[in-house]
Amino acid sequence: MLLQQIINGLTLGSVYALIALGYTMVYGILELINFAHGEIYMLGAYLGIILLGFFTAIGLTSYSLTLSIILTLVLTVIFCSSYGFTIEKIAYKPLRKAPRLSPLISAIGVSIFLQNYVMLTQGATDKVFPQLFGDRGIEFFSTRVSFLQGAIIAVAAAVMLVLHAFVSRTRMGKAIRAVAQDKTMASLVGINIDMVISVTFIIGSGLAAIAGVMVAMYYGLVNYFIGYSAGIKAFTAAVLGGIGSIPGAMFGGILLGLIEGLGASYISSEYKDAYAFIILIIILLLKPEGLLGKASEEKI
Amino acid sequence: MSVRAAIRAHLMPVVVSLWFAFLFLPFAGLDAGGLRAAGVLFAAFVAALFLWKSLSGAAGKVKTQMAAFSRLIPSDSRYLAVFLIPVLILPQVAETYVVDVAVICGIYIILALGLNVVVGFAGLLNLGFVAFYAIGAYTYALLNTKIGLGFWQALPFSLVLTTLAGFLLAVPALRLKGDYLALVTLGFGEIVRLVLNNWDRLTRGPNGISGIAVPTLPGVPMGRLSNYYYLVLCCALIAVFIINRVKSSMIGRAWLAIREDEVASSAMGINTVRYKLYACAFGAFWAGLAGSLFAAKMQFVSPESFTFMESVLILCMVIIGGLGSIPGVIVGAMVLVFLPEVLREVQLYRMLALGGGLVFLMVFRPQGLFGGKGVSVGG
Repeated sequence: MLLQQIINGLTLGSVYALIALGYTMVYGILELINFAHGEIYMLGAYLGIILLGFFTAIGLTSYSLTLSIILTLVLTVIFCSSYGFTIEKIAYKPLRKAPRLSPLISAIGVSIFLQNYVMLTQGATDKVFPQLFGDRGIEFFSTRVSFLQGAIIAVAAAVMLVLHAFVSRTRMGKAIRAVAQDKTMASLVGINIDMVISVTFIIGSGLAAIAGVMVAMYYGLVNYFIGYSAGIKAFTAAVLGGIGSIPGAMFGGILLGLIEGLGASYISSEYKDAYAFIILIIILLLKPEGLLGKASEEKI
Repeated sequence: MSVRAAIRAHLMPVVVSLWFAFLFLPFAGLDAGGLRAAGVLFAAFVAALFLWKSLSGAAGKVKTQMAAFSRLIPSDSRYLAVFLIPVLILPQVAETYVVDVAVICGIYIILALGLNVVVGFAGLLNLGFVAFYAIGAYTYALLNTKIGLGFWQALPFSLVLTTLAGFLLAVPALRLKGDYLALVTLGFGEIVRLVLNNWDRLTRGPNGISGIAVPTLPGVPMGRLSNYYYLVLCCALIAVFIINRVKSSMIGRAWLAIREDEVASSAMGINTVRYKLYACAFGAFWAGLAGSLFAAKMQFVSPESFTFMESVLILCMVIIGGLGSIPGVIVGAMVLVFLPEVLREVQLYRMLALGGGLVFLMVFRPQGLFGGKGVSVGG
């Protein structure tokens, strides 16, 4: 029972971690809570359904299921990254020098827009994700790990490792870290700030897209408002781990997933959605720099 | 070189249009509704793109005109009279439906004025303001249905409780800055809604509380819509009057100073924490009044009325009108309540337009329709 809840929590947590990475990277660079990030995840989930439906229609899924899922993931990532890139150009870039309230409200506007756009085009009712894997899985110690859960945890772990390598090893990763530390200084040493910001949005949106497709497969149901609560929870995860810190987002996501999974089964499942908010408030009040973040002095 | 530039200038819009087509197309779906929605949006984006230059020129003109317009409003009280007369005779001339919407509008004006104190005056972004609205509404609903208190007996409890809630939330939250404060308030709003939704024994959960009594006044049947309209109007006028007075008092000036520069104002000897507390409690007070009026108007409350979207809607009223401007907030509330009613035909697109409009407003006129560069405290 306990082990089962831990496995479920890990699955959910790795999804939160993937979304949280997008929040934390954008916040690290722009100090902006990208409210629209949850909607990117929602777009990813819908695109997963749309693309898999398309592949089923042309007979690709019956030919090779693995190929069609990989294709779906790749196309969804490309598409959501394009959305992230475009949103930054339209809604955030003109406001880079504006008071801090303005981009936040602009982000809320984008979020409302995308939610209603999907509601208009895809309908307000739940969309069902095609059951592709059946119920296969392995059992040990009276605990079930479905194939899908294993795949979600594995994919999330792999993606995070790649991201970590990208940020710590490559030239672009170095540039991202430099811009996060000090924008002016970075531009003085010849880093193209606009490009770094775009790359950040593209990467973050891509990660959210992967999370969206995987969650849609896991739960089997998608709705146009799933982005809001997932977004808030992922942001909580980012704050929990220390906003701006990439390992922090991964750690915070998994921790939040575990807390939610265990809390729902041992404390009260009715207040499942409230745990994230309660943790958010407690963390912000007691340790705003998060568990892995470092406190920053306010510059005057 | 110039040929290349010309080609680029003409090619750019085409490329960007294709880009938008790429973004919108996969969601179009295969049914007529989805295709039409995607088509409408695509057309709107391409049109905006081609009109970009003339649009930004027009935005500049609108800016100067709006600035001139907003200079007129607060300075000349004759405008107020012109505005008040139709408001006063409205229930006598208009249909029930219009009066009904006007009552809702009045409640939102009080609510938005309250949020304006917190966000517009003191500069504290609150994304969970609806929590205080909910507390006000549920306090009256519960006191009325469980104990049988009338509106006027329950109102002080509502007001005290919401003010207290605003104060209690602010005590810990004020240690935080900007975005973090916004998140804590958002979390508070969600927690209040979840409690209302799940505390079945007290609040009857998602079913809500029905059978709430309308207010009574000796000799005035409040059940009649027009009388209720005047009650809400009175409350709104009182709110405008008091908030306006407080705004130009020492407290109000301290709020504006904190909003403009917290460090400088604390250096000038303003106890910033104390004044921010006042702002939160004072703002919540008006949400409590609006909540009680809402519960009495609807005679029914349920958690569904107090979602995050509602918080955003109230915030939009404050922002559209212009942060910190009282006439602006009133106009903002009127626009956001009446416009959807006028636009019933295209109802499906109105939230879409609200989202797009917010982005547009932030990019082109971040200070709102009526907001000036700063808020004048002289006149």
